[in-house]
Amino acid sequence: MTLLLLLAILDGLAYAALVFMVAVGLTLVFGVLRVLNIAHGSFFAIGAYVAATLGTAAAATAAAPALALPVLLLAAVLVGGALGPVVEKLLLSRIYVKDHVLQLLVTFALFMVLEDVQKLIWGVQPIFQDAAVKALGPVEVGDIVYTRYQLFLLPGVAAVTLIGLMWFLRRTLTGRVIVAVTHDREAATAMGIDAQRVYLLTFTFGTMLAALGGALASPTTSLVPGIGVNMIVLSFAVVATAGLGQIEGAALTALLIGLGRSVAVYFAPEFEVVIPYIIMVVVLLVRPYGIFGSPELRRV
Amino acid sequence: MEPRLALPAAAGVALVVGLAAAAPWLKFVFTIALAKGLAVLGILLLLRAGQVSFGHALYVAVGAYTVAFARPGIGELLVLLPLAVASATAVGFLVGLFVARYRDIFFGMLNLAFSMVFYSLLEKLYTYTHGTDGIRVDRPSFAGILLDRVPYEWVMLALVLALSLGLGALARVFLASPLGQALPAIKTRETRLEFAGISARRVLLVAYVASAALAGLAGGIIAVTTLHVTPLLAYWTHSGELVFIAILGGGGSVLGPFLGAIVFELVRVYASAAFPDAWQMILGAVLLGIILFASRGLWGLYEDLVSRRGARP
Repeated sequence: MTLLLLLAILDGLAYAALVFMVAVGLTLVFGVLRVLNIAHGSFFAIGAYVAATLGTAAAATAAAPALALPVLLLAAVLVGGALGPVVEKLLLSRIYVKDHVLQLLVTFALFMVLEDVQKLIWGVQPIFQDAAVKALGPVEVGDIVYTRYQLFLLPGVAAVTLIGLMWFLRRTLTGRVIVAVTHDREAATAMGIDAQRVYLLTFTFGTMLAALGGALASPTTSLVPGIGVNMIVLSFAVVATAGLGQIEGAALTALLIGLGRSVAVYFAPEFEVVIPYIIMVVVLLVRPYGIFGSPELRRV
Repeated sequence: MEPRLALPAAAGVALVVGLAAAAPWLKFVFTIALAKGLAVLGILLLLRAGQVSFGHALYVAVGAYTVAFARPGIGELLVLLPLAVASATAVGFLVGLFVARYRDIFFGMLNLAFSMVFYSLLEKLYTYTHGTDGIRVDRPSFAGILLDRVPYEWVMLALVLALSLGLGALARVFLASPLGQALPAIKTRETRLEFAGISARRVLLVAYVASAALAGLAGGIIAVTTLHVTPLLAYWTHSGELVFIAILGGGGSVLGPFLGAIVFELVRVYASAAFPDAWQMILGAVLLGIILFASRGLWGLYEDLVSRRGARP
């Protein structure tokens, strides 16, 4: 019983870290661009696939164990750097003035396209590449043998991302410019800030975060079609529970939902998928704008 | 129904029946297409309020599984379909109480979340649903008569044609009613609607429950036509299809969903066989094209064609 609970907590921590990586990108992009990007889930999946491909290629070289971790980061940078600017420039920049429903439809359409791009490139058979987990090896926690990768690396990266992002947004010039555009785009533009550039930058960075989440997830699971949709729905639950645009809040709710889900995995496996949404629905019933969100002003 | 729509509707019915008589396999395609058209009619109601649901496959699946669960005990089509509608309406009301509080992003994504939860429950509760294998549905009787395959297919097509015409006309009456007129007001300025003393939440809830009922009916028809239900009915791709058809057909007229659904299913029969792994990609790309360049859909193109001809001396 206690053993199971400990396992559930360890799993929950690792899972929450992954969900947070994706959710924080989603909420950051929404906060700045005011567009909820459904294709964010595809960026996660593509990041995972590219990481697996690079990992397999790296495993064939002489320096295999040393390369297993760097290729994960490389995958995220490649995917974010290649897809982010293209999508923002060609697609999103056309729809900032349109209403929310059309924006949602556009990102949904992009999501449909990218889902099949994955199938065309990587096929529908499960892909498994866990060189990164093996490179770090196992660790004993009490009576449990756990992977160092999931115990230290995943929560570590998530924590560094959270702290780094807070520091970046509050202490650096670029970060403050982003915050300024978020608060009042017109005023910021009047001060001479190039809002287009801020959008491009933020979106590319958000894409990288999703791809990094995918890359980090890839050694711990088999990659099959459909991981993108599960992740976008789950990270939306996290982001909505926290309040759209809330970064620290997303970390907390990711933890809550990650732990809730992994406890369910061990104690009520049929309802594993339902738990995050029950948490979300309960929170939204009490606070319709999320735990940390505030109601938007209504126009008359 | 005013003459402007009666003519194309009559032409459409004649075309569907004529083609189905000429090529027997089209009976099945048209029945499924028109059933989806009914579900899309519900999506259209929500689109009028400026809301889009990425989870209406949930109600299609509720309707279909209701038929699958009830079929061993009940053998009559005219009982099974109302049952499907009733259960989808009930689920739609419960979910609607919650989602009608939300707009835009939350509305769309909460619907997606509910449908994905239902999908995974259908998949995991194997003892009841047989998981991904799905459930076989025996062919039911129609008005007490057990029909052979070919007459049964004709009856289904006639039934779904009649339902499409009847419910399409009803949707038109609804949209013209004060309640229906309140829907576009939710899209433009909800606060003003509330200042006029009308509860936006209640208006949206009515439209939502109606859309759930329509989707449930579609699910019931799909179940007794394909005679097999699987969790895939609730999957997000299916919800995406419904939204896609609504945009393809165009939101300007109640005939749009049916026009869109028939074109969609006909193209799908060929395209998804030729490119099984690129089908979603084609849909997504076309959807992008319509949104960015022809936002009134196929019905809009038809209207342009008619008005241009009318303007000619």
